[in-house]
Amino acid sequence: MSTLRIARLVAAKDLRIEWNSRVFVNQVLPFAGVTMVIFAFALDADSVLQRVAPGLVWLATLFSMLVLVQRAFAVETADGALDALRVAGVDPRAIYLGKAAALGVQLLVLEAVLLFAAVVLYGQTIPAGGWVLLVTTLISATCGLAAVGTLYGGLAAGFTGRETLLPLLTFPAVAPVLIGATRAVEAALGTAGAVVSDGWPWVGLLAVFAVAFGVGGALAFGPLIDE
Amino acid sequence: MSVVELDDAVAVLGQFPALAGATLRVEQGEIVLLRGPNGAGKTTLLRLCAGLLPLVRGTGTVLGLDLTTHRESIRRTVGLLGHQNGLYLDLTVAENVRFWGSTVGASDDEMRVAMRRLDVAGRLADVAVSRLSAGQKRRAALACLIARRAQLWLLDEPHAGLDASARDELDDTLRQAAAAGATILVASHELERAGSLATRSVDVIAGRVHDVVPGDPGSGNHAGNQEGAR
Repeated sequence: MSTLRIARLVAAKDLRIEWNSRVFVNQVLPFAGVTMVIFAFALDADSVLQRVAPGLVWLATLFSMLVLVQRAFAVETADGALDALRVAGVDPRAIYLGKAAALGVQLLVLEAVLLFAAVVLYGQTIPAGGWVLLVTTLISATCGLAAVGTLYGGLAAGFTGRETLLPLLTFPAVAPVLIGATRAVEAALGTAGAVVSDGWPWVGLLAVFAVAFGVGGALAFGPLIDE
Repeated sequence: MSVVELDDAVAVLGQFPALAGATLRVEQGEIVLLRGPNGAGKTTLLRLCAGLLPLVRGTGTVLGLDLTTHRESIRRTVGLLGHQNGLYLDLTVAENVRFWGSTVGASDDEMRVAMRRLDVAGRLADVAVSRLSAGQKRRAALACLIARRAQLWLLDEPHAGLDASARDELDDTLRQAAAAGATILVASHELERAGSLATRSVDVIAGRVHDVVPGDPGSGNHAGNQEGAR
């Protein structure tokens, strides 16, 4: 079995688990929505909210991502399935790529919902000329977040106190994504006078980050989960 | 060709030689009980045979594959079942078997046969694993082992956590599997039950393997405890 075929199996399995358990729909999405509402309460002025909306969307994405990553590895460790995968000689690169792909799919849905929430709650508008940059930014930032989240999720899965360890490891590592994605979305939305062309260099940064962590994560994941 | 052949095998945990010159031969279709006190090296022996630990000294093959050079290949041909079942609790039994079978390219027919053999193909097939009893989970886990074509089953305390009827079910399942050609190594402290299941018993004491004298079911445990006390 090729690495990509096994990765597809792992991704499909993770998405099936989420479909069966409904944790994403019943817990993660409501949590993200509540976070956006709380931001609105804290910054109770339309002009301020519209100015900072791109950053708030990505902050809410990061908080929700932690829940998703912990969930992705909790299902692996609850009955020793991650160990069983290792014992069965399943290629760890395939496990990594599959879990990252499933996480990426969920993150994309989450980001779309959060952007919609920003439009509804904060009165944000999306200009027609910004859609290509916006979609490209979402995809490249999602790849980077999924790559980092899966890598550190796998690392933290073997430790006690993983719930607190994961944010400590993950947040510093995804700071470049937070900055780059926020600037690129500001450019796509035309926030504070930004223009679309300002966003593309940030998309480049996001793409480089995603490739670096994707390749590094695939190579490092095996030793990380091995004893 | 023996399924397991170990000659003077040494495996270490950290700096400690958990196996200190173990010699063992297991033939196809055998159910071999590993007896011995805690820390004697039973689990280490299973993990060595699963390709999870390197062979530091001596020689060893599993299913004809060398333990020093083909550990990754060995992993794909053996199934190790410890205290946990390695199942996804939010997936149904059928979804678990399908996933594990698909990792080795098993056909739908193979997966159906695996589920039928373990009696989880009927109404249990579409039940989430989290809602199964401990015995049903064990059967589902063994169905996954069959679906992924494990030829050597390495079972560490397989009766732990099961009630009497689930233990009987498990024993029947293992006997049927052995009759169908699977080779099984069982590490257990429950000598009476596992002894009646096994076709042969060996004692693992201080990292070495000793044949058990027939008709002396408790000798290994007694000797092992003395060894451990020293």
